[in-house]
Amino acid sequence: MINKLIFTLIVFSTIVFSQTQSADEILKKVDANTFSDSQIGTSKMIIHGRRGSRTVEAKSWQKGTDDSFTEYLAPAREKGTKMLKLGDQLWTYTPSTDRTILISGHMLRQPVMGSDLSYEDMMEDPLLQNMYTAEIVGEDTVINRQVWVLDLKSKKDNIAYDSRKIWVDKERNIILKEDLYAKSGKLLKQVLIHEVMKASGRWVAKNITYKDMLKDGDGTEMIIEEVEFDKKIPSYILSKASLRR
Amino acid sequence: MLILKLAYKNIKGAGLRTWLNVLALSFAYAAIIFVQGMIDGMSNQMETFSINAQYGGGQYWQQEYDPYDPLTLDDAHSKVPTELQQLVDEKKALPILIRQATIYPQGRMQNALLKGIETDQNILTIPSFVLVNDDGYIPALIGKRMSKSMGINKGDYLTVRWRDAQGKFDANDVKIVEIMKTNSAEIDVGQLWIPLERMRQMTSMPDESTMIVLEKNSAFNKTVGKWQHKDLDYLLEDVRAAMAVEAAGDSLFYIVLLLLAMLAIFDTQILSLYRRRKEMGTLMALGMTRTKLIQLFTLEGSMHAILAAILAAIYSTPLFLYLASDGIGLPEATAEMGFAMGDVLYPLFSFGLIVGTIIIVLLITTIVSYIPTRKISRLKPTDALRGKLT
Repeated sequence: MINKLIFTLIVFSTIVFSQTQSADEILKKVDANTFSDSQIGTSKMIIHGRRGSRTVEAKSWQKGTDDSFTEYLAPAREKGTKMLKLGDQLWTYTPSTDRTILISGHMLRQPVMGSDLSYEDMMEDPLLQNMYTAEIVGEDTVINRQVWVLDLKSKKDNIAYDSRKIWVDKERNIILKEDLYAKSGKLLKQVLIHEVMKASGRWVAKNITYKDMLKDGDGTEMIIEEVEFDKKIPSYILSKASLRR
Repeated sequence: MLILKLAYKNIKGAGLRTWLNVLALSFAYAAIIFVQGMIDGMSNQMETFSINAQYGGGQYWQQEYDPYDPLTLDDAHSKVPTELQQLVDEKKALPILIRQATIYPQGRMQNALLKGIETDQNILTIPSFVLVNDDGYIPALIGKRMSKSMGINKGDYLTVRWRDAQGKFDANDVKIVEIMKTNSAEIDVGQLWIPLERMRQMTSMPDESTMIVLEKNSAFNKTVGKWQHKDLDYLLEDVRAAMAVEAAGDSLFYIVLLLLAMLAIFDTQILSLYRRRKEMGTLMALGMTRTKLIQLFTLEGSMHAILAAILAAIYSTPLFLYLASDGIGLPEATAEMGFAMGDVLYPLFSFGLIVGTIIIVLLITTIVSYIPTRKISRLKPTDALRGKLT
């Protein structure tokens, strides 16, 4: 009887251990698929508001996880607006006022171009394994793909979202759905991927919807039109001087 | 005494002309006192309301706190220093914790300030006692302006999102337990008041606060660590500056009124000098010196101001007494403008204001009355008797 109990415990702990291991492994693979030394891409952001929708087009350059530069190309009203992130600092430049503004404090909570994405969402460390411990809680199907369902719990106190639930494609290691939760457990944001594409040997979300779950509306749709990985980015692009260039 | 009697007799004799001047001048008196009384009342009310609802007897601010710079709010919180905590324990001071938040009224996203206040405080007129609850929900108190602009009513639930001390997002629903009717927009617009202890738990900021409000008439002004003491002179600076601008604008109104009244007095004096040449000659022939003659005419002019003061007192005293006791109803738009004045404005007619106005008007009238009479100093009695004014 005792032997049976010990055997059951060993088997159970092995399953739990292997699941934890595999959850971490999944997270690592997701990060490996997401992270690149550099990334250059053009995207379209469709913001669905109360008074209709509007589309904002942008080109962005990203180096590692810390530095990025975005230039808005359309519509005419936003054309020439630039955004530069260096480490934990974020600046915006608007050509109409010819002013560069450091976005900090409460301004980081403002939506980017009226979308469901805030500036602080853009400031987050994109590497999940740095911020969360993972646990597999099930399997599911999202956009006809078999996925792992993982619960992520923040490792540190200073992580913006206390917990997340992610749906990861079992083969492609790309997140197809993500729920972001507050400390109280309230669902704050939801990210849905509708279409993926392969670029430079990586699976990339092509059509994504970001939704602030506390707010009414259909959220913000992001369409990645073109993306290239591990391309050399000239250093002048990721500098404050490029904002007024 | 002779001059005084003669002056009174003369202006009485001038009949309707005198009374028209006196009436015009009395309007100037009444209008100046009324407008200045309104400004003083406004100023007094704004200061009183601000002190009662917001400033108490002065405040201590956490060193990072700057109400004009919302970027400072993230770091503007720390443990209450021992000396101030002692005052808090004795109910002589009130801690307030301020944190930025996002609220979602009717599914819209708005920025707001989350303010934690003790529920059993008596230092400010904020009805924080309504925040006591034992039903589990987070009770919140908002002002009428906030209620109107956000379309939130008593009993409604509102989703609030905030970040704790470490920057972690948290969100919950709060229940609006009361809409406070406050005169001060600064404790109303874009603000949610919740129980202090609850807020400290929600934000992981135990025993911390952003500011300490001292009880009214508190003499405590010691240096407490890096916390900055702000006295009422500092806190009321904006209110006083706003009233100074208002007073400067209104002074233009007095100047126009006084100019009109003085023009009438000046014209009367010129007319008197012209029409009463023979009288002047006769008086000089009877032995009156030029100086005495100048005094007589100047006094006649000044007497208009004295009579006007009496007339103004007769008709305006009951009106002013009524206004001072019952006040003047203010349109709702005044509250929307953010002035902490309440629904009724009580003008303040102080003794100093009334006496000061009388003295100023009397002085100006005397100067204006004197200027035309300088011609008398060159007057020859013979010419005057013949009706000439050289």
